Amino acid sequence: MNVLLDHLAEFREGFIGTVLLTLASGLLAMVLGVIIAGFRVSPVPPLRMFGTAWVTLFRNTPLTLLFLIAWFVVPVIFVPGMSPWTKALLALSLYTSAFVCEAVRSGISTVPLGQAEAARSLGMTFSQTLRMIVLPQATRTVIAPLSSIFIALTKNSAIAGAFSVAELFGVQKLLSDQGFAITWIFLWVALGYLVITFSISGLFRLLERRLGVAR
Amino acid sequence: MTASVLYDAPGPKARVRNRLYTVLGSLALLALLGFVVYRLDVKGQLDPNVWNIFNNAGVRSNIRDGVLTTLKVFAVAGVLSLVLGLLLAVARLSEHRPVRWFATGFIELFRAVPLLITIYALWVLFLSYKNDLGVVGDNAAFWGLVIGLTIYNGSVQAEVFRAGINAVPRGQAEAAYALGLRKYQVMTTLLLPQAIRAMLPTMISQLVVTLKDTSLGYIITYTELLYATRTMANNIIVNGENPFTAVTIVAGVIYIAMCLALSSLATWIERRGRRTKTGLAVAAAVDPAEQPLVLEVAGGPVGPADDDKDRMGK
Repeated sequence: MNVLLDHLAEFREGFIGTVLLTLASGLLAMVLGVIIAGFRVSPVPPLRMFGTAWVTLFRNTPLTLLFLIAWFVVPVIFVPGMSPWTKALLALSLYTSAFVCEAVRSGISTVPLGQAEAARSLGMTFSQTLRMIVLPQATRTVIAPLSSIFIALTKNSAIAGAFSVAELFGVQKLLSDQGFAITWIFLWVALGYLVITFSISGLFRLLERRLGVAR
Repeated sequence: MTASVLYDAPGPKARVRNRLYTVLGSLALLALLGFVVYRLDVKGQLDPNVWNIFNNAGVRSNIRDGVLTTLKVFAVAGVLSLVLGLLLAVARLSEHRPVRWFATGFIELFRAVPLLITIYALWVLFLSYKNDLGVVGDNAAFWGLVIGLTIYNGSVQAEVFRAGINAVPRGQAEAAYALGLRKYQVMTTLLLPQAIRAMLPTMISQLVVTLKDTSLGYIITYTELLYATRTMANNIIVNGENPFTAVTIVAGVIYIAMCLALSSLATWIERRGRRTKTGLAVAAAVDPAEQPLVLEVAGGPVGPADDDKDRMGK
């Protein structure tokens, strides 16, 4: 119990670190994932191939390995001198983008083909069909899987703590190294994650209720 | 390409345009690939000496040992998580309120906590009670990793089992009770076999996640594939530097191969299951998804999961 009160500053810093890292990499993963999903459904074979390769690669690689690559390979081969935070952002958002891509792609494929055909037969242009018919429906189906992906991302950000980025796991490591009772630290850190993941699922449930339509 | 909701079948103009995009896209991808190879070459990573290390018998046996320890952790944790998942699923469907509450709380807690934190906490716990528990050396890390993976994946598997049990048409259990079968008989002879058969692809997909997560052993310094290769690279010096890049690429390829093999097993079972007609649909093989998604896919089409209470009898 006292662990929390005596080290409130560390816990707060870790909590904020987790939230920031999750938000930033979630945003970047969204952008990347939507672009790659665009590649995967495009009529251009090389782009489709690239998208497939991207997803296969990042979905089947352990996140720890991606962190290692971001820490020890990327700085040597490509960009030297990145901060640990940027490296964590890179690893997390590349990994998550593959899952976002698949969610978006399956969202698009749940829109019945007839809808687009009807839109075209009404004389809508490609961008009108996309903007008014396909995307609004696809967005709604994607909300539920996206919320799971962001919850997983929050939990995955713990690995960044092991690579010495300030976040909640880092707090646990720090304090347990100082010899505090691991059970209590565990429970407090777990509570921190619960707060974040429940906020995410609550937010997305709200979105779902706002946007949801009977199909 | 197949019919898409996004594009019409291309006409002559669109075909020309697509061909142009194909050429441009190929060029862009080749340029990207070329850039990567160029950078690797500039940094001396393509030097034959760097890749020659994999001809060394010691390096090879190191990688082999890493793969074996990874597979060992995966096998033990995989089996234990399936057993725990089964127990938790049955407990969650129990008629006794405390049992149900305990199982629900357990599942919810450990699914919400990052696996790494569970593993780390267990590891520290085992290390600090080393003498009482009789763990020595690597054992603390091994059991921390295995039990952490078991608790987390067991919680996820429990929900998969539960979705499968809930998917069995209610009339079957009612008929069995009417025939005078006991509760455990209904569970073991009727519900579980069907649930497992229906959920096998999803369960195997979750095992892929378990396999990937064994790499968290790196962080608690357990000598699985990642840690083994990394420490090995630390001890080798080629052309004045450690061959981290080469070793990481090899480890990555091994992981991807293992995961893809397991996923294709799931897909194969799914396809086989679809061929046989037994009434209860076989769930889709979910690609190595993030865990909560697995539940929604599994729980979504097979019916509401909230009717646990009247599920188990009465």
